[in-house]
Amino acid sequence: MSSQSLATVLFLLFVVATLGITFWASRQTKTAADYYAGGRSFSGVQNGLAIGGDYMSAASFLGIAGIIALSGYDGFLYSIGFLVAWLVALLLVAELMRNSGKFTMADVLAFRMSPRPVRTAAGVSTIVVSIVYLVAQMLGAGVLVGLLLGVTNPAGKAWTIVGVGVLMIIYVVVGGMKGTTWVQIVKAVLLMSGATLITLLVLGKYGFNLSGLMGDAAAQSGKGAAFLEPGLKYGTEAQGLAGKLDLISLGLALVLGTAGLPHILIRFYTVPTAKDARKSVIWGIGIIGTFYLLTLVLGFGAAALVGGKTIAAQDKGGNTAAPLLAQKIGQEIFGDVGGTILLAVIAAVAFATILAVVAGLTLASSSSFAHDLYAHVFKRGNVTDKEEVVVARISAFVIGAVAIGLSILAQGQNVAFLVALAFAVAASGNLPAILYSLFWKDFNTAGAVSAIYGGLISAVVLVIFSPVVSGSSTALFPDADFAWFPLSNPGLISIPIGFLAGWLGTKLSKEYNAAKYAEIEVRSLTGVGAEKAVEH
Amino acid sequence: MATQQHDSSVYEQVQASERFQELKRHFRSWTFPMTAAFLSWYLLYVVLSGWARDFMGIKVLGNITVGLILGLLQFVSTFWIAWAYSRHAEKKLDPIADEIRNEIEGRPE
Repeated sequence: MSSQSLATVLFLLFVVATLGITFWASRQTKTAADYYAGGRSFSGVQNGLAIGGDYMSAASFLGIAGIIALSGYDGFLYSIGFLVAWLVALLLVAELMRNSGKFTMADVLAFRMSPRPVRTAAGVSTIVVSIVYLVAQMLGAGVLVGLLLGVTNPAGKAWTIVGVGVLMIIYVVVGGMKGTTWVQIVKAVLLMSGATLITLLVLGKYGFNLSGLMGDAAAQSGKGAAFLEPGLKYGTEAQGLAGKLDLISLGLALVLGTAGLPHILIRFYTVPTAKDARKSVIWGIGIIGTFYLLTLVLGFGAAALVGGKTIAAQDKGGNTAAPLLAQKIGQEIFGDVGGTILLAVIAAVAFATILAVVAGLTLASSSSFAHDLYAHVFKRGNVTDKEEVVVARISAFVIGAVAIGLSILAQGQNVAFLVALAFAVAASGNLPAILYSLFWKDFNTAGAVSAIYGGLISAVVLVIFSPVVSGSSTALFPDADFAWFPLSNPGLISIPIGFLAGWLGTKLSKEYNAAKYAEIEVRSLTGVGAEKAVEH
Repeated sequence: MATQQHDSSVYEQVQASERFQELKRHFRSWTFPMTAAFLSWYLLYVVLSGWARDFMGIKVLGNITVGLILGLLQFVSTFWIAWAYSRHAEKKLDPIADEIRNEIEGRPE
C-alpha cells in the first residue's frame, strides 16, 4: 500500500469517527446554550484540549515547522508570539468574559452599550475575521492535498476544498458546539501524539543532544551559521528598516490578536464556571507551548535529516518539511514500510488539523450572525431560542458555502498574508473594544463602535495598499502597483488606531451609565448572575 | 439577555463595598503590572531579533545561541506566569469572589 492510500484510509477513519461523534452530539443538542456553547458542560481539561485543537492550525503545524526548516531561528519567533498571546487571554479576558457574556463576543461588548450599533460592529468584525482565516485554512487544504497525495491539477484541489468545506458544514450544522468541540479534542490528541512521536524519534537519533541536532541542521540547511541567527526570513538586512519594523508589527499582531479572535473567545463559554475557563486556558497554554517546542525539533530535524534543498524543491514555503521528516526518520529506523506509515500518519493528522480549525471558525461566524445580527439587530431581541438556532444552522451553511467559493476563486493566488491579517484585525478592532468594555468605566457606545470599525478598517486598508497586495513579485496582484504602505503587517499602525479611536469616540460622546458599569464590573469579577451549565 | 435578575442598585452597593474594592485591587494590582511585564519582555525579544542580531547569534553552548536561549526562556516565563496566576487567583481572588457571589445570590429577590 502506498503512503497516499494509507493516508487516505487513516483520514477516512478520522472522518467516520468524527461524524459519528457529531451525530451523537446532535442528539444532545436541544437548546440554544447547547448549540452555541455545548451546554457549558465541558470540563476545564476537555476545553483546554479543544482550545489547542481550535488554535493549532495547519499553518502552525506545517507552516512553522517549514519556516524553521528553511529559515531556522526566524520560525521560532512566530511560535513564541502565538504562545505568549495566551497570557493576555488568561489574565485579562477568559474569566471575565465567561462571567459576563452568553454566546458571542458581542454579548460582552453590548452589555452596557446601545445594543444594535455595537452588535452590528462586532458581528461584522467577527464575520470578516473568521472568513479571512477560513479562506486561508481551506486554501491550505488544497495545497496540502497536492503535496501529500500527489493531486496537482486545479480541479482535484478544488474538489478537496469542497470536501473539506462540506465536512466542516456538517460538523457545525449537525453537531453545533458540542460536535465541534469533540472534533477539536480528538484532533488535539492526534496532533500531539503524532508530533511527540516524530520528535522523540528525531531526538533519539541524536542521543537527545539538541546542540548536535542544531549543528547538523545548520550544516544541511545550506544557510550555514546564519541559520541559527535571526534575520533569514523576517526583516532581512536587505529589506532595511521597513523589514525590521515589519517584524515588530507582526509580533504585535500575533501577541495581541489571539485574545480578540472570535472562535477562541466563544470557547470560554463552553465550561460551567469562570474557574473552569481559567483551568482550560492554563491547560491550553501547556498543550500549545509543548506543541511549539515539538515543532522546533521537527523543523530543525527536517533541516538536518531531509536537508533544506530537498524541502524547498518540493514547496517553496517548506510546508512539507514535517511530512518529509516523518517519512525519512521512519525509513531510517523502521525501513521503507515504517517511512510509508509515518508519512501517512502525519498527512492524515494534518487534514484532521485543518478540519477542526475550520469547523471552529464556521461556528463562531454563524453564531455571531444568528445571535448578534439576526436576533438582536434585525429582530430586536424578539425571537425564540429555537428560531435563533435554526438561523444559526442556516448561516453556518451559507458561510461555509461562501468560504468554499472564495477559496476556489483564490486558488493559486499568494494569500499567505491572510492569517496575519485576521490576527491584525482581531488585535486592532476586537481587543481594544473588549479591554475597554471590561476595565474602563467611561467606555460607551460611540467608543465601542469607533474602536471596532477604526481597527478593522485601518487594518484592511493598510493591507490593501501594502506590498502583499501589489507592487512586488510575490504580491496578490504582481502586475499592479498601488502600494504606498511599506509594511506587510498593519498591526504597528492599526492597533494604536483601534485603541485611539475607542478612546476618542468615548470622549466625544456624553453617554455614560454608572449602574451598568457597576453591574458588569461586579458580575465579571465575582460571577454573580453568570450563565449556568445546562442540566440534561 | 440575562441582566434582569437583580436590581441594579444591588450592583452599585456591592461595587462600593470595601470587600469588592479589595477584590478589584487584588485582581488589577497583579494582572495589570504582569501584563505590562510579559508584553515588554516579549517586545524586547522581538526588538533584539531585529536590531541585535550579532548578540542573538552568539554561541553559548555548542550550537545553542543566545537567541535560542532567550526564546526558550519566553516559554519558561509563559508557563511560570500561567502557574503563578492560577495560584494568585486561588488564594486571593476566588475566596472573596465566592463570598460576594454567595451573599448576593443568597439574598431574597
